[in-house]
Amino acid sequence: MKDDNKPITRKQFIKQLRRYEKGSISRRQFLGVTGLGMATTVMAAAVPSLLPRKAWAAPNIGDRVVLATWPNYHDPANFEAFTQATGAHVQVNVFGSNEEMLAKLQAGGSGWDVFVPTNYTITTYVGEDLIEPLDLSQLPNFKASAFEPRFSDAGTVNGKVYAVPKNWGTTGFVVNNKHNKGKRMTSWKDFWDRTKTDYSGRTMVHDYQLTTIGNALKYFGYSFNSVDPKELADAEKLLLEVKPHLFAINSDYQPPLRNGDAWMSMCWTGDGKQLNTDIPTMEYVLGVEGGEIWSDYYAVPRGAEHREAGYALINFLLDPAINAREVMAHGYPVADSRTNALLPKALLEDPILYPARELLDALEFGAAATLTDPNRAELLARFKSA
Amino acid sequence: MKSGWAHRLLLLPAALWLLVMLVLPLLVVFVFSFGERAPAGGYIPAFSFDNYLNLPARLTAFKNTLILAPLGTLAALLIAYPLAYYLAIKASAKIRTTLLVMIIVPFWTSILIRTYAWIYILGGRGIPQLLEWIGIEGVRLINTPYAVLIGIIYGYLPLMVFPIYVSLEKFDKRLLEASEDLGAPPLKTFRDVTLPLSIPGIATGCMLVFILLMGEFLIPALLGGGKVFFVGNALVDLFLQSRNWTYGSAVAAALVIIMLVTVSIYMKLIMRGAGQREDVSLI
Repeated sequence: MKDDNKPITRKQFIKQLRRYEKGSISRRQFLGVTGLGMATTVMAAAVPSLLPRKAWAAPNIGDRVVLATWPNYHDPANFEAFTQATGAHVQVNVFGSNEEMLAKLQAGGSGWDVFVPTNYTITTYVGEDLIEPLDLSQLPNFKASAFEPRFSDAGTVNGKVYAVPKNWGTTGFVVNNKHNKGKRMTSWKDFWDRTKTDYSGRTMVHDYQLTTIGNALKYFGYSFNSVDPKELADAEKLLLEVKPHLFAINSDYQPPLRNGDAWMSMCWTGDGKQLNTDIPTMEYVLGVEGGEIWSDYYAVPRGAEHREAGYALINFLLDPAINAREVMAHGYPVADSRTNALLPKALLEDPILYPARELLDALEFGAAATLTDPNRAELLARFKSA
Repeated sequence: MKSGWAHRLLLLPAALWLLVMLVLPLLVVFVFSFGERAPAGGYIPAFSFDNYLNLPARLTAFKNTLILAPLGTLAALLIAYPLAYYLAIKASAKIRTTLLVMIIVPFWTSILIRTYAWIYILGGRGIPQLLEWIGIEGVRLINTPYAVLIGIIYGYLPLMVFPIYVSLEKFDKRLLEASEDLGAPPLKTFRDVTLPLSIPGIATGCMLVFILLMGEFLIPALLGGGKVFFVGNALVDLFLQSRNWTYGSAVAAALVIIMLVTVSIYMKLIMRGAGQREDVSLI
């Protein structure tokens, strides 16, 4: 999910460096904006002698915590602040899909202390006994009543809280309106039909069965989560028809959209926001037929090595002030009313982050059965090899 | 050293290494391939041939691999041979060193980074834009099978150049003079002297490239835009995405068997072709 690793350009970097030298931004902002903070975080993990000496804050939670998460999904300055406060250094592993995360945990020995699963995977993790029920006494910053239930209830399985909400978002598509000849797109029908006509050779779909098949199902008005053989057969027919017209099947869609090779792609909220900010002709569209809404969570794997530090990190990131800084950095909305109270009005009214009610109402949460359905996996393999 | 025991004892480290590094992993693959996929992915012990019976579902991947791997090998050979010939026979010592260094240096960077560079060379702002300037419009290269072929030739060229270069470099150049003295025109010299003597190098290069190409997944994934699908890509998807380890193991086992068969046939042909005078070593 959320694939983007766009580094800062040289020009921007020098500009930020000048600002930092002049004192118009703080060191923390400088490190955050340029990505140097994250780079230092990663490098320090590889060079143990650079690690902070010893925790000076009581209680001692050890010298490190390993976090598995998605690309561009945190403010590196917050990790620095966490290390300053606790002495535990944050080591970040970035992943590309929920399946990969699940595969890694199933294989054992992941070494993670905290990870960020999406709503539809949690029951599977619980069923496979891969995550532990959270000890909420160690998470005083988690206040269940502050969260919108639809973005937090997937964390509770059989009455036990296994995961607490991080961010939520939608899966729509981003389209460069420069090429639309005055005809705007509003639906998944537009997305697929125009891929076959005036956007031929310019469209990208995710290399991810959940969204690619789900959004093909929406063309026919079926459920995003359908595992019905007849409906899947319709979706397959559409996908095979469209394949010769696709630019690529790849979840790393920002680079070709930015350099002009691709004009349209399935897209997640944060990428849509980032693309629209940099290239105003890029419009983020939620199909009128519906599509996916999702919510990411923090969870603790069974047998986490630095368990205490893991809890401390989750608790730290759930602090409304810290969480607000996270949102400012990555552009994904949160469901925590305490955090939202601290965010600027412009962000809370942004139509990409907070789409209109009628568009939101048509969206569905992905289901556990959708992700693990073997027929959908085979369908995607046939689509890719066709 | 006389007794059989001493021999066996000395072989022990090598045998142990082979067992741990080669036999055990392959054994795991074969055992898994007869198992059953757990509902959420993973392995349930079983003995069934279902995974093998299901192999036709990846027929296209096998077909693509079996077309592109020989094609890529042949293309790399056609480009590598003149280069190796020039390096070994025509070039002066100074030029030779420079060129050899130029071939080796890219190897110091990961193939991933070099392939990413090709994404930009073949992308809309690369070669197609250059072609537009000279009036050829609408050329698309990136995310086509041609892009994959170009990437493969680029990536595997050094593996083909070096064995051929070595075999050409070590043979006695006086043979060429002798051939000329006896009245053979250059083409005949090449056909009857140079080419047969370089067959071991060609054989080694082709085998290296072919075997590695059969398992290639990175170049098609990056330069083919996910639309060119090899067995390697099928395996990555089966293990990392659909977590169908048992089926993935069956596909891997099938690939190993196909390789064993094709490579042994190939070896036999080469041995016959080379008249079995030169040993066909891998290095």
